[in-house]
Amino acid sequence: MSKTLLDKVWEAHTVRTLPNGATQLLIGTHLIHEVTSPQAFGMLRDLGLKVLYPHRTFATVDHIVPTDERVEPFSDDLADAMIKALRQNCAENGITFFDLPTGKQGIVHIVGPEQGITQPGTTIACGDSHTSTHGAFGAIAFGIGTSQVRDVLATQTMALHKPKVRRVEVNGKLAPGVYAKDVILHIIRKLGVNGGLGYAYEFAGSTFDAFTQEERMTVCNMSIEGGARVGYVNPDNTTFEYLKGRPFAPKGADWDAAVARWKATASDADAKYDDVVTYNAADIAPTVTWGINPGQAIFIHEKVPFASEVPEKDRATAEEALAHMHLKSGAPIKGTKVDVAFLGSCTNGRLSDLQEVARHIKGRKVREGVKAIVVPGSQGVASVAESMGLAEIFRNAGFEWRGAGCSMCLGMNPDKLVGDQLCASSSNRNFKGRQGSPTGRTVLMSPLMVAAAAVTGEISDAREVFGVK
Amino acid sequence: MALEKITQVAGRGVYVPGEDLDTDRIIPARFMKCITFDGLGEFAFYDARSFAKADGQVHPLDDERFQGASILLSGSNFGCGSSREHAPQALYRFGIRAIVAESFAEIFFGNSITLGMPCVIASSEDIRAIAALIESDPAAVLTLDLTEKKISIADTDFPVTIAAHAHEALVSGKWDAIADLLEGLDAVKSRANVLPYMAA
Ligand code: SF4
Repeated sequence: MSKTLLDKVWEAHTVRTLPNGATQLLIGTHLIHEVTSPQAFGMLRDLGLKVLYPHRTFATVDHIVPTDERVEPFSDDLADAMIKALRQNCAENGITFFDLPTGKQGIVHIVGPEQGITQPGTTIACGDSHTSTHGAFGAIAFGIGTSQVRDVLATQTMALHKPKVRRVEVNGKLAPGVYAKDVILHIIRKLGVNGGLGYAYEFAGSTFDAFTQEERMTVCNMSIEGGARVGYVNPDNTTFEYLKGRPFAPKGADWDAAVARWKATASDADAKYDDVVTYNAADIAPTVTWGINPGQAIFIHEKVPFASEVPEKDRATAEEALAHMHLKSGAPIKGTKVDVAFLGSCTNGRLSDLQEVARHIKGRKVREGVKAIVVPGSQGVASVAESMGLAEIFRNAGFEWRGAGCSMCLGMNPDKLVGDQLCASSSNRNFKGRQGSPTGRTVLMSPLMVAAAAVTGEISDAREVFGVK
Repeated sequence: MALEKITQVAGRGVYVPGEDLDTDRIIPARFMKCITFDGLGEFAFYDARSFAKADGQVHPLDDERFQGASILLSGSNFGCGSSREHAPQALYRFGIRAIVAESFAEIFFGNSITLGMPCVIASSEDIRAIAALIESDPAAVLTLDLTEKKISIADTDFPVTIAAHAHEALVSGKWDAIADLLEGLDAVKSRANVLPYMAA
């Protein structure tokens, strides 16, 4: 008793203590994609090693896939070489690959949960920092570098140090028009982009209890933007309901046994935390970023800050941000002209995100001169959305409806900002150059706020644009 | 796999000021379209360097005076963002062998140690003082001594810190964990056997 979920999962997966004091931790589930895995397979070959548990590694292709013209060979030779390398590495090693023709391809952090691979009480690793997303199921999920991808392929383990746990509690009901995305942007704004260093974040409180599984994923996804490599929510009935019947979820008697085990992995009521912070849902308004890291965020009705107003250690970055974003201190952020609206990514490219926007965008039109694209997070999301008529609603409103992938979240495929275009984006990073143009500007926000920006051509309060009450 | 014991890194320094220098800045994503890490070095800080050029300025990494520097100095939260090992790989292939900053993002730190590239922490005053010394004499050699946990330049010592486990890994030549992990394979299998979801 008195244990957190992290304590329990850590204990259950500890293989041994290594000579330097690190834990050799079993990684039950390994997810790979085309960008960070080819070098790892190369290292395995150089060392003459094999994949130890091929059935516990799952692959998809997401970062480099074009979202419009998807016939191979891709027009980009480098991208084409990457998908071929992944296909070959998977075939040679007996790894399940959710390849383009399977209908199951998509962003790795959307595919894992969708397939029921992501499960409570497990450990998950992926060569991608947003692996924290899977924590929404009560898994301990780490973003790792390529050498660690090699380690996991060869040994199904990694050398790790146990993080501390900070309980981040949010209580109460969010006002209409305020979303999970606003909650996590608010948390990062408060705790800072490196406030989570050395911590796992346990997200809890009545707001999280009431959240759907997809809302929980949006929050856990951005843990790393607050410096916390791991973020999780304790599993409950919402989690189990979501998983039931998914392709890789346990079936029949195994299901009942699994649920019993999963329940037991949740943090004990008297668990001890290294730190606890508490916020009120009612204090959170629709939030947008004004700068070049996700902590530089304000409510939609606030003004762009002066560099002199931020704490001294953040001042230089604030000045750099203001210069890069061409924003004027003291002016409202609302009304800033938008060139591109991007709806998608592993943060907000799920069915519920598209449904929420479609509900409001129906009958409305994207403002002339704004390029608006919807990129479903997976082929699974796309096909359900299409069958529900959502694609039609988006197209009629003037959005381009694309194929699944990371797309403009990081601009490794042809979807990129041009010059210093400003993009209203439902993704997770507003770093300089993130969306494919070195001078491109990113403003992070919730999906409905992206839609509001698309319709008005400027950063707007979605509650006013769509009459959300 | 015997690895070199890393107790000392000596070389000239280069200061790239800034807080929260993220992995997209260290290596923009468009240069990650590759299936090996070879050739990444030239793209380290690519955009920042071209911006400087376009503005008629010179980025420290392109500054004649600091060519060949192998110890990089910077601000806080260095390497935040993505887990891409391409970031430390690019710096390493550029010629960097150690980084001194006020703090490091966790994944970047771990990735760097695995390459045998020490990341040590110094106070912002000390980093600025070292930067000033480099500026006045770019040819001066910096010596990072991991045993003594200090960095020296021109007869002046500055204290540095590094997480105990990383320190141990570097000085004992165990910075790449793979050998240790492979030794535990039997224990791995017995642990996997008791976890129902690991069943084939
Ligand atoms: S959608 Fe963006 S953040 Fe998510 S995995 Fe893809 S590139 Fe990374």
